[in-house]
Amino acid sequence: MSHLEQLYQQVILDHARERHGEGLIEVDGAAMAGESFQVNPTCGDEVTLRLRLAPSPDGGAPVLEDLGWEGVGCSISRASLSILTDLVVGKDVREVDGLAEDFRALMGNRGVSLGDEREDRLEDGAALVGVAKFPARIKCALLGWMALRDATAKALVIGPS
Amino acid sequence: MSTTAEQATGLGAQELARVRADFPILTRQVNGKDLVYLDWGATSQKPECVIDAEQDFYLTTNAAVHRGAHALAEEATAAFEDARAVVARLVGVDDDEIVWTSNATAAINLVAYGISNATAGRGGAEAARFALAPGDELVVTELEHHANLVPWQELAARTGAVLRFIPATDEGRLDLSVLDEVVTDRARVVAVTHASNVTGAVTDLAPIVARAHAVGAIVVLDACQSVPNMPVDLHALDVDFAAFSGHKMLGPTGIGVLYGRRELLAALPPVTTGGSMVEIVTMETTTYAAPPQKFEAGTQMVAQTVGLRAAAQFLDDLGMAGVAEQERVLTQQLLDGLAAIPHVRVLGPLTATDRLGVVAFEVAGVHPHDVGQVLDADGIAVRVGHHCAQPIHRRLGVASSTRASVGIATTPQDIETFLHALAGVRAYFGVED
Repeated sequence: MSHLEQLYQQVILDHARERHGEGLIEVDGAAMAGESFQVNPTCGDEVTLRLRLAPSPDGGAPVLEDLGWEGVGCSISRASLSILTDLVVGKDVREVDGLAEDFRALMGNRGVSLGDEREDRLEDGAALVGVAKFPARIKCALLGWMALRDATAKALVIGPS
Repeated sequence: MSTTAEQATGLGAQELARVRADFPILTRQVNGKDLVYLDWGATSQKPECVIDAEQDFYLTTNAAVHRGAHALAEEATAAFEDARAVVARLVGVDDDEIVWTSNATAAINLVAYGISNATAGRGGAEAARFALAPGDELVVTELEHHANLVPWQELAARTGAVLRFIPATDEGRLDLSVLDEVVTDRARVVAVTHASNVTGAVTDLAPIVARAHAVGAIVVLDACQSVPNMPVDLHALDVDFAAFSGHKMLGPTGIGVLYGRRELLAALPPVTTGGSMVEIVTMETTTYAAPPQKFEAGTQMVAQTVGLRAAAQFLDDLGMAGVAEQERVLTQQLLDGLAAIPHVRVLGPLTATDRLGVVAFEVAGVHPHDVGQVLDADGIAVRVGHHCAQPIHRRLGVASSTRASVGIATTPQDIETFLHALAGVRAYFGVED
């Protein structure tokens, strides 16, 4: 795999072109909703992510029912948002936290695999492993995850009305 | 100022090859390819003579300047002041009108904070000419680098002055049709770039300086892009202050230059106070040294000034008119090549007349970060992002751009290699024609 292909694996280019979750969802009247706006000051990239949580049917952690995002960004940041959408919708916030932790670990791992078990959990997100070899691009991949964390925290603080 | 009016010729292939050989870094490889360095506008590479000068200073001459009576101290002081003279000569001013700063941003901030101090009543009667009253106006332009914008926003916020700006045209030049409306008789400062670091447009300074002086405003010039790339005579331009950086003009980092008209430097209150900038110090009060020392508190960046001296001498030996002509031809080659690539839009004038070789562009459907990454894989270094100039990007309808900028050691082959790689970028990302 060439230097460049380590960064731009085909699955990333596909997600950057056919983006999942693009477009803000409506949350009017939703009990637990949150929105976050994040910028990458080095390049001026921006993302707004809005999500809606629902109480767990079995009394456990709230479930991330739906999310959508919009913004300007490079292929890495948009692919990361698209992959994130696939990963987290339908999961409860504890599982989402675990995935976010796995993803941040992947970005801090200098391009080395986290092992099959954790990378399997990240599904297409594992293809971003090569980003960690390009320090200037790690922020691009993390932008959406930062927005997700912030929006989730806001939704939880507001809580059921 | 027209860069072609000098009737200069470029360097010629032979001399260009000789100049290029002076830059050791240009022989290295990046990602298995010969380095093509097209990021001179961000920072220039350094000729060996600059690196040697700085090293030689530490090897043979190093000492504290302007103190001590030993031989090394005297030699170091002489080197420090000789550097000031060489830099002054390059930009057509007198030695004592050159103040060393840590970089160009610090130079502009020195003026803004000096005005602030005058407004606070510091500097005595002679500084009163700088004092701002609420409702006074500070004028900037839509083309400015953040370094020549944010300090004026801050000064306005501290003093109650009002910030106004000269807008940019669709072509990325200043719209001087509104000059008299924007620069009113309330204007006290007009801060303007000599050449945009995004659009490359060289400012037609004469009408701006004339208008500013007619209404009693001082002109603060950002000369960071112009000094390394074209002849600049600050006295002839009749500006009041000018800032430029060492590292963009083949010199080291950590050194910037503030030019100030002699009587203005004398009247402007100091900003950073402490050692080396004083006359008499008692426990109660202090009188200050004459400029430029008044503005040079603390231990100075002596080795960097020695390196910058070598850089200024290198440029002067080549002749700035020749440098400008050399780069004008390359810039036209670059602009023509970009025009021939579908879905590439240049931000700025499309011909190399009154334009520097700092060329920002957008590639439809591909983010600048991705453009830069694909070019880097071919060993080509360009800048991506907003280049510390968000307002002009917003004005031209983009969040960010890719920017190729030429320098004194750029070859026609560098441009060709870059254009060839750029032509393949959209296909790499599967963007449909």
